[in-house]
Amino acid sequence: MDLFADNLPAYLSGFVVTLQLTALSGAFALVWGTVLAAMRVSPVATLRGIAVTYVELLRNTPLTLVFFFLVFVAPQFGVLPPLGFWTAVIALSAYTSAFVAEAVRSGINAVPLGQAEAARAIGLTFGQTLGLVVLPQAVRSVIPPLINVLIALTKNTSVAAGFAVVELLAAGRRIALANPSEAMLALAGVGVFYLIITIPAGLLAGVLERKVAFAR
Amino acid sequence: MAQPEPLVVLDHVDKHFGALHVLKDVSLTVRRGEVVVVIGPSGSGKSTLCRTINRLETIESGTITVDGQPLPAEGKGLAKLRADVGMVFQSFNLFAHRTVLQNVTLGLRKVRKIGAGEAEERAMALLERVGVASQADKLPAQLSGGQQQRVAIARALAMEPKVMLFDEPTSALDPEMINEVLDVMTALAAEGMTMVVVTHEMGFARRAADRVVFMDGGAIVEEADPETFFTAPKSERARDFLSKILTH
Repeated sequence: MDLFADNLPAYLSGFVVTLQLTALSGAFALVWGTVLAAMRVSPVATLRGIAVTYVELLRNTPLTLVFFFLVFVAPQFGVLPPLGFWTAVIALSAYTSAFVAEAVRSGINAVPLGQAEAARAIGLTFGQTLGLVVLPQAVRSVIPPLINVLIALTKNTSVAAGFAVVELLAAGRRIALANPSEAMLALAGVGVFYLIITIPAGLLAGVLERKVAFAR
Repeated sequence: MAQPEPLVVLDHVDKHFGALHVLKDVSLTVRRGEVVVVIGPSGSGKSTLCRTINRLETIESGTITVDGQPLPAEGKGLAKLRADVGMVFQSFNLFAHRTVLQNVTLGLRKVRKIGAGEAEERAMALLERVGVASQADKLPAQLSGGQQQRVAIARALAMEPKVMLFDEPTSALDPEMINEVLDVMTALAAEGMTMVVVTHEMGFARRAADRVVFMDGGAIVEEADPETFFTAPKSERARDFLSKILTH
């Protein structure tokens, strides 16, 4: 157990970076994903087309490729993304937003069509209909899949370890390389730190789900 | 005797659902203050007709004007027009996450931009008028079907519409609740509201309609005042329809 005591600061600094990646990317993905979902149900065909293309492209591309694209391909087209941490945030947000969009869209589709029709019939605009009537009712069915997306995001942040971001996995790998005889243990420690994020997220999902269910 | 001006005018309206020709060259004029009841067998296109008037259903050809203005395409203009056309649905469609009072105030606040205090005052007056003021703080799911439909009428009336559309407003109700909704509608008709009512309630048609429109197979087959229509229908199909429903 000396391994953990000796390397706790390294673990913790990696953990903090993972937490930051998760929180920032999660927040951006939530906003952008909801916008994409709104575009997908909008009456404007162009917006629907853009959203469908984006979601299908990002959802079906391995996350590592998204990182590669940002780090190696984008600069060739004159786009120079800020390196390291923020590149990771951009790649993770862009990728995760596609999944958020699908979760939110399925929630929107679960709200009976009559709700939107009634909203439009009293003269609410498309945006008001979505924001005041449809999305508030979609929240309940969207929370469980969204938590799944956020748990996946938490673990996906480890891809950043391959792109010069010293997050949890990268920190664990350094510790393992420095202590080859206890490498397995060092990596198991990494796993435990991920659980510190993902298990409470699962519990939170249950609590939120019950809370919103009562409100209806 | 000068007739009131036309308020809703459908001119040679056509619409298909895939291969199904749901509206065939439909022309109809509803004058200000007139109550037009649309009846006909299931699938005759009467609900679709009703829903085209506020463009919940689009049309393929022909024109529809409300108060002289052609229906605008999707956008702010359409939202503005819809605010002036009240609609009551078969399945009520009250906003499930909002209280009865909030259902009525939402349009006042967000479309008419009226302050919270005045909006609530006006909403309560309307709920009083349809007899559900005591339920104001409940969620729609806690109300009976008849109560929900009366709230839906209050919600539509709150916008002070030029015309009210009723799309089979009593078809989803238990029999003992039908009258409480029809009473509200009859009172509304007596006050001079312009109404287009799609219904199977022949009693209401006789009592409140200025004109009955009979549809079958996507076309208007016959139009007449209720007395003439129910006692001496001109068309074979209307006679056949009436014989089937009035014998019970």
